[in-house]
Amino acid sequence: MLSRTADHLYWMSRYIERAESLARLVDAHYRMSLLPHSGDTLAQSLSATMTALHMEEAYLERHETIEPRAVFEFVSLDREYSGSIFSCLRAARENARAVRGSLTSELWETLNSTWLDARTLVARSSPNADIGQFVEWVKERSHLTRGVTIGTMLRDEAFHFTRIGTFLERADSTARILTAHQIDLKPGADAGAVPDPFEWSVLLRALSAFEVYRRVYRDVITPLKVAQLLILRDDMPRSLLRCCKEVYQNLKSVANEHSAETERRAGEMHAMLHFTRMENILATGLPEFLEQFLASLRDLGDRIASDFLLPPAEA
Amino acid sequence: MGNKPYNEMYLGDATTRPHYRSYDQWLNDQPADRLSQKRAEADALFHRVGITFAVYGQEEGAERLIPFDIVPRVLPLEEWIRLEGGLKQRVRALNAFIHDIYHDQQILKAGVIPAEQVLCNSQYRPEMQGVDVPGGIYAHIAGIDIVRDDAGEFRVLEDNLRVPSGVSYMLENRKMMMRLFPELFSAHRVAPVDHYPDVLLDNLRSVAPTGVADPTVVLMTAGAHNSAYFEHAFLAQQMGIELVEGQDLFVRDEAVFMRTTQGPQRVDVIYRRIDDDFLDPLVFRPDSMLGVPGLLTAYRAGRITIANAIGTGVADDKSIYPYVPEMIRFYLGQAPMIGNVHTWMLRKKEDLDYVLAHLPELVVKEVHGAGGYGMLIGPASTKAEIEAFRQQIIATPERYIAQPTLALSTCPTFAGLGLAPRHIDLRPFVLSGRDVTIVPGGLTRVALREGSLVVNSSQGGGTKDTWVLEA
Repeated sequence: MLSRTADHLYWMSRYIERAESLARLVDAHYRMSLLPHSGDTLAQSLSATMTALHMEEAYLERHETIEPRAVFEFVSLDREYSGSIFSCLRAARENARAVRGSLTSELWETLNSTWLDARTLVARSSPNADIGQFVEWVKERSHLTRGVTIGTMLRDEAFHFTRIGTFLERADSTARILTAHQIDLKPGADAGAVPDPFEWSVLLRALSAFEVYRRVYRDVITPLKVAQLLILRDDMPRSLLRCCKEVYQNLKSVANEHSAETERRAGEMHAMLHFTRMENILATGLPEFLEQFLASLRDLGDRIASDFLLPPAEA
Repeated sequence: MGNKPYNEMYLGDATTRPHYRSYDQWLNDQPADRLSQKRAEADALFHRVGITFAVYGQEEGAERLIPFDIVPRVLPLEEWIRLEGGLKQRVRALNAFIHDIYHDQQILKAGVIPAEQVLCNSQYRPEMQGVDVPGGIYAHIAGIDIVRDDAGEFRVLEDNLRVPSGVSYMLENRKMMMRLFPELFSAHRVAPVDHYPDVLLDNLRSVAPTGVADPTVVLMTAGAHNSAYFEHAFLAQQMGIELVEGQDLFVRDEAVFMRTTQGPQRVDVIYRRIDDDFLDPLVFRPDSMLGVPGLLTAYRAGRITIANAIGTGVADDKSIYPYVPEMIRFYLGQAPMIGNVHTWMLRKKEDLDYVLAHLPELVVKEVHGAGGYGMLIGPASTKAEIEAFRQQIIATPERYIAQPTLALSTCPTFAGLGLAPRHIDLRPFVLSGRDVTIVPGGLTRVALREGSLVVNSSQGGGTKDTWVLEA
């Protein structure tokens, strides 16, 4: 397959995944904003999240203070800001359009109508736009896109590059959301219940993990279990381990004569998460661990680009 | 203008032509709101599928639908057979002409066409002189624009031998009609068109460089912002071949490769949808970002087939068009089966005098113009417009040709609240390789504005499904 085609497919799926991650974050915070007395916690959580996603600077160019309603609109609907959900949907569609011949017509039509509808929704959005409804719609479109991808695409390179994009983006998103929440766990720390269940339910909802947590642990929310679920559980779809496993497996399916080292590093990340234990992570310190993880993920992304997507001329 | 245009559906005021009778019956049985509902459905579907084209000179990324009309243009089989014969004959002669021009130039030596008309033409490519191409085929894909005059005769209005477009609309219009009105297709034997991509791929493979057993064919586009991008992506997908841009290809040791995720892969045939000027920045426009440096070297070495060949523009220029009937006689020794539209060549003194005296009734076209730009339609223009154009003609008469204002045939078309006659033309797509083949019908374009004769999509034209009725 053409390198340029693989590049567009990879970015198409990254942008759709990013739109969904952002929609989840907005949704979780939006729900929190509807609860009484949530003010301080909400502002703190929004600020930390925007910092972890590198959105704060662009936001503060447009607004003076972190005000929930303004943040929701900025992240969801802003047409100028390239990191908004709206811009992600546009970028996903532009990438899809560049390679529409490599997509099934169902997949192309799904992405195209998502974009056409988003444009109508945003054009019509009033000062009282229903953010909750918008992000709910974005999640549905992302679910639909994923379903159409899995249900209609041939399991060839195009599919694998699409999946690599999805899981790299998802791993990045989970790691950043964890970073924002500054879970400060010392080795051997008392694994008691969290002091502020509001903040933690936001974290879990943003990763579609609230119900999963209850089901897996049948317990009150404790920081250690939250970290365990989102980092080391193989059966948790948005955990770091799960995402790295998917990246590694899809990468193996597209291997070429230059990609051995990239494959080795992806395998190493997967193996590390597969065989480590929470105690080891806590010994490093969770923030340091996440920082290293994000750096490795960036390295992997760069290596995939130079091995497959943008090979040097005459390579 | 004068004479009443030929109506494709009705004979006189009250009689329906035999090949439209059953359709007309069906049309009369339809409740009015069903048809308008179907038209809205068609629009929504075209938008969702993204069957759009970009309009030059409009806001970046602007995409528009080409209006689709739900009343089909119907051709009876015997008319189509005549047309098909004439088209094949014409394209054979055009290919023979291009081959001759880039080899012995017998037609010039015989004095059939003035040599300076060809050799001084900006579309003549000296780089192609003496280059042999597989099968001697240059125009692998030709779009021949056909109109029907007031006497009901088919005539060729224009030959498109460079990168003719529109075939995707032919295919999508049929798909849309079958989706909207399946009952029509069980009641009529409409010749199918959806095998076009297979025929095209087979045709392209048949002209691969000699010795290549299993040729790799690619479609080359200028990219997603090109006005015909939808068609490029559509055809590549339908043929199952890669859609490449210039940046995806490179030349090494006089062979062409594409950059893939598995390393370089050899390419044998390029179905290119960009103009000659942009193909190779080392030879043509040095500022072209769309091309592939060294492509022409590989081409001249016979290591790659480019379809259509470089230099076909020399045969579809409006200044060469008047000579095509002569080419048919010269190369094939046959009488042309489809005639031209009478054409005055303004570089000739007597033609110029006649045209200047009759501007209000004529159509004047720029020799190198395309897409309905740079033309004067006398009867539809104001005095001031005619005078302004007159000055342009006097300044550079050799840049223009003139033709009578044709009463293009009309076909009932949805306009406002009901059906009204609108002018149409027809672009069949003629494929040349091992054989010459034509998928029955082609793209019917319709001028949606009342009285308008301009059917180009860039000028507010629409399209119709085209039926060749087998029985």
